[in-house]
Amino acid sequence: MRVSRTIITAVIFFTSLFILATEPALASGISKNATSASGTQWWIWPALLFIVTLAMGIVAVLAGVGGGVLFTPIIGGFFPFNMDFVRAAGLIVALSGSLAAGPGLLKKGMADLRLAIPVALIASSAAIVGAMIGLALPDNITQTSLGIAILAIVAIMLLAKKSEYPEVKKADSLSSALRITGIYHEAATGQNINWKIHRTPQGLITFIFIGIMAGMFGLGAGWANVPVLNLMMGAPLKVSVATSKFLLSITDTSAAWVYINKGAVIPMIIVPSVVGIMLGSFIGVRLLAKTKPSAIKIIVIALLAFSGLRALLKGTGIWT
Amino acid sequence: MSTPESQLKEKQQVAVEAGKRLIATEEQTTYAKILDIGMKIGLIAIIVAFFLYAFGILSPKIPVTEVSKYWGMKSHDYLEAVNIQSGWSWLSMYKHGDFLNFFPIAFLAGLTIVCYVAIIPSLIRKKDAIYAVLALLEVLVLLGAASGLLAAGGH
Repeated sequence: MRVSRTIITAVIFFTSLFILATEPALASGISKNATSASGTQWWIWPALLFIVTLAMGIVAVLAGVGGGVLFTPIIGGFFPFNMDFVRAAGLIVALSGSLAAGPGLLKKGMADLRLAIPVALIASSAAIVGAMIGLALPDNITQTSLGIAILAIVAIMLLAKKSEYPEVKKADSLSSALRITGIYHEAATGQNINWKIHRTPQGLITFIFIGIMAGMFGLGAGWANVPVLNLMMGAPLKVSVATSKFLLSITDTSAAWVYINKGAVIPMIIVPSVVGIMLGSFIGVRLLAKTKPSAIKIIVIALLAFSGLRALLKGTGIWT
Repeated sequence: MSTPESQLKEKQQVAVEAGKRLIATEEQTTYAKILDIGMKIGLIAIIVAFFLYAFGILSPKIPVTEVSKYWGMKSHDYLEAVNIQSGWSWLSMYKHGDFLNFFPIAFLAGLTIVCYVAIIPSLIRKKDAIYAVLALLEVLVLLGAASGLLAAGGH
């Protein structure tokens, strides 16, 4: 209860401080009438961005999805920012979330470094290519492709099954050579789960496509990492989720550098987003015990479908 | 011949031992420790740098009221409009509040490289040659991305 009050106080304090800070008259004494290209007071957008990402952080945790997958389509579709800046911010948002979660997941043995290292090498190299493609493409093509990708992600979320402990009869020769196997302690049952993986070459090839998409659209790739690690390669669900979260810190790092080097960084977009999502995630974790995740997940999938449709229509010039 | 029960007990014992070994893996712990400290420093620094910028304590290169003129442009056009070089030119603009924010962002983006470099000696010591090479390759990939060399062919 005390922690909840502290978090709520922190959110109110930060929101007020942020609005005060971004209010031009207080920030730099410059004309209060400065407007954005759309005619709105310029500071409305960063303030709104903070509030929206805060809400996004809450629902992302409740729905069990990464903030990155919500960020790019929603902010890209409804805010006046160019997709270059949105994708860079999306990557840094996903990167910050995974950096924050990474140490705990590694220490508990949930995220597995031996599984992550070969996958990360492939995904991060591909993410660089994806980021370069994304920056080179015209906006309308990026938006259209993003719309298609998001609608495909919605389909994956709706159709993909999950397997708590997939049956892996025999580890394949590549994973045996790399000694990708492990044991994690399942706190819920008190058991130690012994796991190994199969179809490693197929999985690694799939990560080329995942990396390209992550870099190209600035999406965290948890939506794809988890099904591939869990269903295709046979890692237990909890290990897949944790390793996927940790993987983002490596995959998104390489793509983020491409965007940073290409100047696609505007602190007024990135910082409110990172802080908003992080604070939202903390609140989401507190609310998790009191809500029905399945209901939230339906809302998130509907929201994603709408954002995907919006990106598709924006890209094709039907709804600009 | 061992009974299924004794086989299960034996397996559980192996699992406990292996679990302890895995959780305590030197490189995984090293990686986690560096990530933990670095992530906290980076996130605090990003908030501090932003307030120095947003409150005008450090004057920005692009006034806060003018940022909205540029955020709708492609990054390439934005750089041209504000006359800023791409790559690491932000390093020399640390006195400006807006570019000061690049430091914690770059720090967070660079953290993974430090973590990988830190685990390589442990992998070499354990004669885990494949993973030492994979970790080294990852460092090279990330350094390539960070240097801007891999993106040189872009827009």
